[in-house]
Amino acid sequence: MKKFKEKLSGLAFLVLALSSISVLLLITVFIVVQGASSIGREGLLNFVFGMKWAPSQDIYGIFPMIVGTLSVTLGAAIVGVPIGLCTSIFLAEFAPPFLRNIFRPAIQLLAAIPSVVYGFVGILFVVPFIRNFLGGPGLSILAASIVLGVMILPTVISICEVSLLSLPRQYKEGALALGLTRWQSILHVQLPAAKSGIVAAIILGIGRAVGETMAVIMVVGNATAMPESILDSVRTLTTNIGIEMGYAFGEHQEALFATGIILFVMIMIINGLAQSVVRRKSK
Amino acid sequence: MKHIRKIAIIKILLLAFGMFAACNGAGNSAIIIAGSTSVQPYAEILAEEFERLYPDAGAAINIQGGGSAAGLMAAENGSAELGMSSRALKAEEAARLGYVVEIAKDGLAIIVHPDNPVFDLSLEEIRKIYTREITNWSELGGRDAQIHIIAREEGSGTRSAFEELVIGKGYEISPKAIVQASNGAVRMLVENDPNAIGFISLGLVNDQVKALRLDGVAATRENVINGTYCLYRHFLFAAIEEPTGVAKQFIDFILSSRGQELLIHEGLIPE
Amino acid sequence: MRKKPRVGEKVVVGIIWTAAVLVLAVLAAIIVYILVKGLPQLSWEFLTQIPRNMGRAGGISSTIVGTLLVTAVAIVIAVPFGVGTAFYLAEYTKEGIITRIIRFSAESLAGIPSIVYGLFGFIFFVITLKMGYSVLSGGLTLAIMILPTIIRTAEEAIRTVPNSYRETSYSLGATKWQTIIKTVFPSSLPGIVNGIILSVGRCVAETAAVMLTAGSILRMPKSLGDSSRTMAVHFFILASEDISMEKAYGTAALLILLIFLINVVANILVNRFAAKRR
Repeated sequence: MKKFKEKLSGLAFLVLALSSISVLLLITVFIVVQGASSIGREGLLNFVFGMKWAPSQDIYGIFPMIVGTLSVTLGAAIVGVPIGLCTSIFLAEFAPPFLRNIFRPAIQLLAAIPSVVYGFVGILFVVPFIRNFLGGPGLSILAASIVLGVMILPTVISICEVSLLSLPRQYKEGALALGLTRWQSILHVQLPAAKSGIVAAIILGIGRAVGETMAVIMVVGNATAMPESILDSVRTLTTNIGIEMGYAFGEHQEALFATGIILFVMIMIINGLAQSVVRRKSK
Repeated sequence: MKHIRKIAIIKILLLAFGMFAACNGAGNSAIIIAGSTSVQPYAEILAEEFERLYPDAGAAINIQGGGSAAGLMAAENGSAELGMSSRALKAEEAARLGYVVEIAKDGLAIIVHPDNPVFDLSLEEIRKIYTREITNWSELGGRDAQIHIIAREEGSGTRSAFEELVIGKGYEISPKAIVQASNGAVRMLVENDPNAIGFISLGLVNDQVKALRLDGVAATRENVINGTYCLYRHFLFAAIEEPTGVAKQFIDFILSSRGQELLIHEGLIPE
Repeated sequence: MRKKPRVGEKVVVGIIWTAAVLVLAVLAAIIVYILVKGLPQLSWEFLTQIPRNMGRAGGISSTIVGTLLVTAVAIVIAVPFGVGTAFYLAEYTKEGIITRIIRFSAESLAGIPSIVYGLFGFIFFVITLKMGYSVLSGGLTLAIMILPTIIRTAEEAIRTVPNSYRETSYSLGATKWQTIIKTVFPSSLPGIVNGIILSVGRCVAETAAVMLTAGSILRMPKSLGDSSRTMAVHFFILASEDISMEKAYGTAALLILLIFLINVVANILVNRFAAKRR
């Protein structure tokens, strides 16, 4: 009886674990099945490199949106990563304890605030600023980059800080003992040692930027044309799904699922990168 | 200890069971009306009033958005009792939906920022703006500034109506147009951008934006009624066949003087 | 020779301070702005009345209920699966191909954008299983979304239970199952609960996935089969469709307060957990 119970509990846990992972399979299968017929009809190359998205004429090309996603994400990284990295160095090395105690919970809170709130703040402040001082309609790659850049700050800061703090004390002490200044120690010893953690933080931040939907819908303008400057409006893969999903059926809906497949593939590549970096770190 | 755990497990099972029982029972207590996001706000107001007047009609009325095309689709396949549309039915839709009722007319207003000196355009000029043959306000007697065109998303009835009434066959709205997913979002952008132009439901024009005259004709309800302002569409409810029960009662209420009064109060034009 | 790096160093340290102060200022500004605009909107009526006229009038009571229901469904479904998986990973198996597959899946699931969960939930729960836009569809979709977080935090919590605990338990003649239930589970509970609370926060804040699965009906949901609008979706619609800025600020302020509360509770638990381990 006892033995049976033991076996049963082990089996129960295995079943729970397998059903958890089968969900990933289910999601993948459903998205691919729904989207594959659209890609099949259009042809993968025509779909991915098509320049025109006009569902009413049954033309589905998402290249401008891929460019949109990449440019907005790159912009977010340019805005968020240097500031986030500096802030994490500040927290790990320079911050007086009382500031650290304010910062940490504040950053946690910021990571938890709904992304729509960031989008809203973007509409209120970032978009008018760009429209009034830089020109264009304001809804633009730049606006989305700034909003996303701020949104990924908590991710970048907290992971970078953890990897800086987890370095053995001897690194820094040794560097200082060799006569390096504090900054030289950070630049030449601590940052290189924490490199893989920092890279992982950046990749995770980028993953968040690629996947964000609602905040981006609010500030990016969603135009389907190929952007010519960072002040142009653009559509990303996520906003394409978010803005049209409720309205779509038939081939149009399948094309949106196909957009989901491309997004899925992009995210998997990013995740794979992040995981291999983390794994290399742990070795 | 063991006992307590057992009771907890039973409770959880009961809860789970209750959940499924509850959702199975929900089937009959509400009718679903789905479709155009332009009609949706008015339908919600009507439903609110209907439920206040007839608290024991027997079923709640659930209004879902989704857009005209999706709403008509939902009515066809039975996932909604009624579909709402803010454009005329396409031939293949009309073939499948045997019951169509026009609940009101709604003007389509072309709006710009109140500070924009341009106040009167022709249909031709608006078309050229949206196809980007005209890209600067100075070409229309305005300031020397780029025109920021704002359109609605694919699938929107308002977009379809605009394409049909203004853009016409053989032309298309430029992909450079900024796309917003609702009348309100278009209006908010135009309110804040002196160089923007957009199109929204006439009932939603407020004093933060300026509705353009069309060949000298002001965009007003009166001019839609007397036929001089030509940009308008019908708001439709459609179903496979003549509805019965609460759906029928609701439509009767909309077409009654009380229902029409409500719609007029909200800025629509009675049939 | 020694002077040059010092000047440079001062500049660099200045930059680092500036960045940190900038971050704190921006973040504080966002929160303070929303709270200053939103808190005056909060009133008893705002919390207890159903939205009227698309949300222009009345309160947001039905969206609060919707948020709680969707979140509750997600937690009730995800916690047993997530915690069970974590126990399997941490206690029942050696590192091998199965654990690697499970961990890879969990990590991949964690990175998928919420809109993709929304697409899946829409086509699987809403359409294929015919649940329609409903609290249940939304809750199930969110359950899948938070599963990786729960697995990861629970596994971490279980692994930090010192091995001596287990050994003591075994030496007293307890079986594996008894050891897990009586010893490992209670010691790792605060960590597990912390992961659950973080997931509650994610559910409350999620917009895209919920909108595609729970719909956006403003009525008070009467059963789990009803469509319902959550606070985050309500805020998005109020703000992006320019329906009522006052109500939007009020909703946002309430959301931020709620999330603040969730974080405070999570922090207290983590501190207690850490103190216990010491």
